[in-house]
Formats: sequence, structure tokens, C-alpha cells
Amino acid sequence: MADPLMVDRGLLTISGLDCFYGEVQVLYGLDLVLNKGEVLCLFGRNGAGKTTTLKAIMGLVPAAAGSITLDGKELTGLAAHDVPKAGVAYVPQGRRLFADMTVAENIDIGLMTRRKGKQTRENVLDLFPLLRERLKQRSGTLSGGEQQMLAMARALCLEPQVLLLDEPTEGLMPSMIAKIRETVAKLRELGVSTILVEQRVDAVLSVADRVSFIENGRNRETVDVEELRADPSAVRRYVGVG
Amino acid sequence: MHFGPHLLLAALEGLVTSAVLALTALGLSLVFGVMRIVNVAHGEFFMLGAVLAWAISTAISGHPAIGFVAALVIAPLMVGLVAFFAEWLVLRRLNYNPESTIVATIGMLYIIQQLALTFYGPEARPVEPPFSYRILLPWFGYSGYKLSVVAASAILLVLTWLVLTRTRIGLIMRATQYDRETAQAFGIPVERVYAGVFAIGAMLAAIAAVLIVPISQAHYLMGQDPLLLSFIVVIIGGLGSLRGTVVAAILIGLSDGIISMFFSPTLAKIIATLVVAMVLVFRPQGLFGTTQR
Repeated sequence: MADPLMVDRGLLTISGLDCFYGEVQVLYGLDLVLNKGEVLCLFGRNGAGKTTTLKAIMGLVPAAAGSITLDGKELTGLAAHDVPKAGVAYVPQGRRLFADMTVAENIDIGLMTRRKGKQTRENVLDLFPLLRERLKQRSGTLSGGEQQMLAMARALCLEPQVLLLDEPTEGLMPSMIAKIRETVAKLRELGVSTILVEQRVDAVLSVADRVSFIENGRNRETVDVEELRADPSAVRRYVGVG
Repeated sequence: MHFGPHLLLAALEGLVTSAVLALTALGLSLVFGVMRIVNVAHGEFFMLGAVLAWAISTAISGHPAIGFVAALVIAPLMVGLVAFFAEWLVLRRLNYNPESTIVATIGMLYIIQQLALTFYGPEARPVEPPFSYRILLPWFGYSGYKLSVVAASAILLVLTWLVLTRTRIGLIMRATQYDRETAQAFGIPVERVYAGVFAIGAMLAAIAAVLIVPISQAHYLMGQDPLLLSFIVVIIGGLGSLRGTVVAAILIGLSDGIISMFFSPTLAKIIATLVVAMVLVFRPQGLFGTTQR
């Protein structure tokens, strides 16, 4: 592997990251580079460490060793609530909306994070016009797909430099999956740099620029998506399906 | 006195109990709801409020109303400061672990209680009410101050509700209560929220205590009953539910007042505890609580 100092460092760079849950080590010296404006997909089996990687970026799981830098700024030393303020937005697995609150209140919490105002709110609602009709509704009563849209809208209220999406299509019906995928593609056109955790091969191939194969807490290899389309054998090697 | 007026008197007494209880229990409920901490020292913050109210009102000469108003402002602030400090010194270091914090707050209970015994003494001391107007009903006269306690409590409850539902601080508190991790992912400094909530919870108990001392005197052991009753109210109403807390406080306060007057205070406590047992068996989340996520 090339010396990371010699190549373009990218927008978000993870190097040598070790993470633990209590005594159990989950990430072993994980390296990852997200370039500006791309969709990087983390692909791998359950328990490989994909979600942990995202949580580590957010500071929700402490880094025992290694570094995570955003635009050259070190994130590992920050308190968990300061990471989003630096410009990283998170759409957690299972959406994790504040289900007791209305759609509008969930969006307000997103806006408060980096003190964004009405303009941001309008832009985000233009992206998800469906939510505009539901502002007063309790978010827990939305359908699964609508909840996923709200989770993404809430994150985009930060106007983030980097967006972390953890299995956004999990548990949705096919028409909704297509809609979410369209949204990810639209966000890429808008220049949002995204790390996407996915388990479906077809989803990966259609929206990703590059794919990192995560296995046993390590990044085994990162390939361009064209390469993968031409030769999908890597998918079978790491996930055993495809 | 005939039955009707007698019942009215019992209901009025019960309403005063309800008013004070609602405030105290709301503090306990907020702390549990947001921080998931069972604060066994809550009654001692109540006691501390009453004892400080006595100290402040006796230190200030002049019309009793001046001393009382000073106590109503200063005592809760001081109690809030003590709670803020205790949170930083103890609870934060235990990482808010649910079991450890129960033991830790039991420790706080004894520390605060013994400090009060050492510096305040074992006597029960009265605080003069700010005014002594009596409302004359056709059957009996009733303390205007007691009714003003009910009004003050109602105003504070409405204020708390408005803060929780209509303000940015309330939104932050509710987000922290609902999902601590996701709240952090949206820039909410949960430790600062926790410190604030713990202080506010203690201050609500202290305000309730300042309101009640002109009626029931300050004593270093006075925190035990409010603690027990607050737990009863919070369990019946549903932890973390403001509406449930208020409804349960009125229920328990009124039944306590009425049963105490017609039968005996012991029977009132027996029935309240029985209701708690029944609620725990048949509706463990409380009357207005939602099931745990």
C-alpha cells in the first residue's frame, strides 16, 4: 500500500484505527480514505465492523489507537457532541428518529446542531417534499420509508461536509429502496461526500464510486466500482453472495 | 360539622398536599426520565430547601413576606448549586450507571441529612407565612396561604410544561431523554444537559419545600415522606410523563387528605402503597407512561 503521506489525503482519512467494545476488539488498524464528492461504500458481513467504523468517526465509540481526520483536522480528540459541529452528519442504522417528536421538531434538532436557519430548512424540505406535508405529524407514526427520509433530512440540516449513511434501505419495500437510492445519487450530484454502509450488492453497484471491503475489523481492499462491475468476484470473496 | 363541609375541608387539605407533591415528584420524574437515575437523595434536597428557607427567613428582619420571598428565590438556587456540584463530583464519575447511582444517591441522602443535623439541629422550626389572610367560608375559615400554595404550584407546573414543549431547552432535554447517543450525534452536550436537569430536579423539590414550611415546619428528617410519596406518584403516573405525574399527585394527595381525615393517615399510606403494587402488577409502565424502548 502507498504511503498515505504521499497520496492526496482525501476529505476524511482514517488510519490505523483500533476500537473496542469493552474488552472485545472490533476494529484492527482500519484504514480508509473518503475523497471529496464521492460515495464510498463499506461492504461486508454482519459484525465486520462497518457500523463501528461510522460510530468511531462520530466519536460514539472511542478510538483506542489511530487517527481520523476531516480536512486535516483531527476528530478523535473531540467530544462526541463536537464531531457533528465539525461537519459530519450521521444517519444511524434503524434511523433512530426522536419518535415522540414531530417531523418539524426532528428537523429543528438537525438545524440546531450547526446553527443553520430557514434557508437550509427550505433546501432540505425541497429535497424531501413529502415531509413538508407531514411537519406536524409525530415522526414515530410515519412509514418506514418516510422515517428514513426524515432521518436523512435531519442529517442534511447540518449542511455536512461528510454524510454517514448506515444501511438506509434496510427493511424498506422495493419502491422505497429505489427512492432512497435516487436520493443518494442526487446528493452525490450536489457534491455531498458520503460513506454508505450497505449489504446489497445491487445497491452498491448502482450508487457507489468506490467500494471498501471490510472484514474482521480491517479494510481488506478498496476498488473502483467499474472494476467491480467488470469482475464481481471480490464480492463473492468477502461476502459469499452475489 | 356536617359531612359535606367536612369533605370539602379534607379535599382542600388534600389539594395542598397534591400541589407540593406534584412539584417534588416532577423533579424526581425529570431526573429519572432524562438521566435514567433513581435519585434516592431527592427527599434530602426537599429538606435542604426547607432548612435553608428557615435560615434565610430568620436572617432577614422586617415583614415576614420579605424573608419568605427571599427564601423562595435563594433557597432553591442554593439547593440547585449543591445538586449541580453533587452531579459533577459523584454521578458523572460513575458514568451514570443505573445501579451504582442508586447506591451513590443513598450515600448523598445520609451525608446531606447528617450535615443538616449537625448544623441545623434536631428541632423542628417554623417559618412565618408571608401573609395570614383567612378565607371565610360559610362553614369554616381556611388559610389563604394554603390556597396560594396550590396556585403557585399550578403556575410552576404550567411553566415547566411550556419549557419542555415550547422551548429549545425543552427540545434538547426531550432529545436527550429519548436517545442519548443520537442526541450526541446532533451536537447536544448530554453531560451538560444531565448536570442541568439534576439541578432543576433538585430545585423543584426545594421550591416545594419552601412553599410547605410555613405550614409544616422545617426538620432534618422531613425528606423521607416526600421521597416515598414522590416514588409512589412517579410509579403510578409513569416515569418521565409530566401529565401522569400531575394526575397521580392529585389522586394521591386528595385520597391522602380525605382518608386521613375520615379514617387514619396510616390507612391512607396503606392504600397508596397497595395502588402502587397493583399498578406495578397490571400496568408496570404507569398510567400515562409509554413502554420502555
